[in-house]
Amino acid sequence: MNPIKKLFDNIHPYVEEGGKFHAFRSLVDGFETFAFVPNTTSRVGCVNIHDAIDSKRIMSFVVIALIPALLFGMYNVGYQNALATGHLADATFWGMFWYGFLAVLPKIIVSYVVGLGIEFVVAQWKNEEIQEGFLVSGILIPMIVPVTCPLWMLALAVAFSVILAKEIFGGTGMNIFNPALITRAFLFFSYPSAMTGDATVWVAQDTIFGLGYKATDAYTAATPLGEAAQAGFSGFDPSQIQDAIVGLIPGCIGETSVIAIALGGLLLLWTGVASWKTMLSVFVGGAATGYLMQALGLTQIEWYEHLVLGGFAFGAVFMATDPVTSCRTESGKYVYGLLIGFIAVLVRVLNPGYPEGMMLAILLMNLFASLIDYCFVQSNINMRAKRATIK
Amino acid sequence: MSKLFSDENKAAFTSPLNVNNPVAVQVLGICSALAVTSQLKPAIVMGLSVTVITAFSNVIISLLRKTIPNRIRIIVQLVVVAALVTIVSQLLKAYVYDVSVQLSVYVGLIITNCILMGRLEAFAMQNGPWPSFLDGIGNGLGYAAILIIVGFVRELFGFGTLFGYNVIPQFMYEAGYQNNGMMVMPAMSLIIVGCVIWAHRAYNKEEVK
Repeated sequence: MNPIKKLFDNIHPYVEEGGKFHAFRSLVDGFETFAFVPNTTSRVGCVNIHDAIDSKRIMSFVVIALIPALLFGMYNVGYQNALATGHLADATFWGMFWYGFLAVLPKIIVSYVVGLGIEFVVAQWKNEEIQEGFLVSGILIPMIVPVTCPLWMLALAVAFSVILAKEIFGGTGMNIFNPALITRAFLFFSYPSAMTGDATVWVAQDTIFGLGYKATDAYTAATPLGEAAQAGFSGFDPSQIQDAIVGLIPGCIGETSVIAIALGGLLLLWTGVASWKTMLSVFVGGAATGYLMQALGLTQIEWYEHLVLGGFAFGAVFMATDPVTSCRTESGKYVYGLLIGFIAVLVRVLNPGYPEGMMLAILLMNLFASLIDYCFVQSNINMRAKRATIK
Repeated sequence: MSKLFSDENKAAFTSPLNVNNPVAVQVLGICSALAVTSQLKPAIVMGLSVTVITAFSNVIISLLRKTIPNRIRIIVQLVVVAALVTIVSQLLKAYVYDVSVQLSVYVGLIITNCILMGRLEAFAMQNGPWPSFLDGIGNGLGYAAILIIVGFVRELFGFGTLFGYNVIPQFMYEAGYQNNGMMVMPAMSLIIVGCVIWAHRAYNKEEVK
C-alpha cells in the first residue's frame, strides 16, 4: 500500500469526532484530499452534471501551469541582480537561479502559511471541509509582487485578502474578486513606495547566503513600462522587445517572461481549465485599444508592445481566466475579456499615475462579471419566451 | 428625580450607544463617517458637533411638536437644524480653526445627516423635550463612538500618530515598518466601518436581527 495513504489512515482515528487532535481535523482533511481524490462524490441520481475531476485537481493543473513562469522568474531575479551589480560576465546560470530561488522561496512560504492558516482555522471553526482555493492564490501572490517586497507586508496583505475578499463572501467559489489581485491591490495602495515606481523595488540588492552580489549604491531600475510611462510615453526602445518577450526585464517576479507564461497558458488551454474565449478576447481588446490609442496619437507604444510589457500577458492568462470571478456565460466571456483588455490599456495610456492597468482592469471587470452574465441570461430567456409564445 | 431617569429615559439614552447604534445598526450617517475620520481629532470634533446639534434640535422640535403643521414639518426641522449647524460651525471657526478647516464642508453637511432627520422624525415628534434630549445625546454619542474607533485605527496605521503625536516608535520605522497608505483613503474607512459592524453584530447576536 502507498505509504502516504497508510500515514493518513493511521492519523485518522486521532482527528475523528472525540479524538485527541480533533482540532486539526480540517488540516488533515485538507492535505488528504489534496493528495488523494476523496471517496465522497455527488450522489447518484442527483440532477446536476458533474465532471469526474474535482476542484483540487483543477487547482493543481493551474499550479503546474504556473511553474514555468515561476522558475523563469527565479532565474530573472538572479539575472537582474547580476546585471545591476555589473557581475553578469562572471555569474553562472545555476548561481543566478539559486539566488533567485532563495529570494522567492520565503515569499511563497509566507503566502501559503498565512493564507492556508486562515483557511484552516475558518474551516475548523465553521466545521466545514477545507477549501482549496488558496492553493492557486498562494502561488500567484508571490509571482505578482516585486522581489524586494518585505515579508511582513506580504503577510498582512494575504491576511487582508483572504479574510475580506474571500472568507467574508463564503470562501472558495463565492468570492467576487480574485484574492491574489486583492492582495496586490492592497499592497499597491497601502505601500506604493515598496510596490511600484522607479525606486529600488524591482531588483534584489543584497546577497543571500553568499549567493548573488551586493549592490554598492542603491541601484534603481524602472520596468520598461514604467520608464515608457515616465518619459511621457515617448516610446519604448524597440531593441528591448526581445528581452521583454524572453522576460529578462525588471518586473514582478512571475510576470516578465511571455514565453514562460505562454507555456503555462497552453497547458491551461489544453486541459480546458481556462477558457480560450476569455484569454483571446483580453488580448484582442488590449491590442485593439493599443492600436486605437496610438492612432489617436496618445501614446508612442506600439499595440503589440502593450501585450508583452508589464503584467498584461500574466493577467490575461492566469488572472482573467479565473473560473470563479470571470463570466460564466460563454458569450459573456468575450465581453468580459474585451473590456479587461480595453480598460487595462486605457489606464496605462491615459492615467499617468498608474503605469500598469491590468490589476485595476481585472478587478473592475470582476465586479461586472455577474452583471454581464445576468444580461446574457436574461436576453436568452427573453428570446426563448418570444419563440414560445408565437405559435 | 426618579421620573427624570426612568427606565424609558435611560433606554432612550443607552440603546443608541449599543444595540440601536445609528451607524452600526441603522447604517446612517456613513458619508461623514468616511470623510472626516482620517485623523482622530476631526473625528472627535465631528462626533461632538453632531451630538450637540442632535440633542438641541431634538429639544427644540420636541417643544414645537404640537404646533408644527404636519405638512411642513420637514422644512421646520431643516430650519432648526440649519440654525444650530450654523452656530456650531461659527463656534468651530472661532475656537478650533485648524480642525474646522479640516472638516471643511462636512460641518455644513450635518444638515443633511440622516441621523438628525431620523431622530427628529422618529423620536422628537412624539416625545417630550427631556427624553428627546437624552435620545439626541445618545444617538450623537453612538455616532461619535464609531467615528472615534475608525479615526483611531486610521490615524494609528495611516500616519503612525494619535492626535498628531508619534506613537509608533522610531525603531519600528528603521526596522522597515511603513505607514499604510490605504488607511488614509476613504475606501479603507468603509472597510473599517464594515469590520466594526461585523464585530458589533457578532457580539450582539440576539439583539440585532
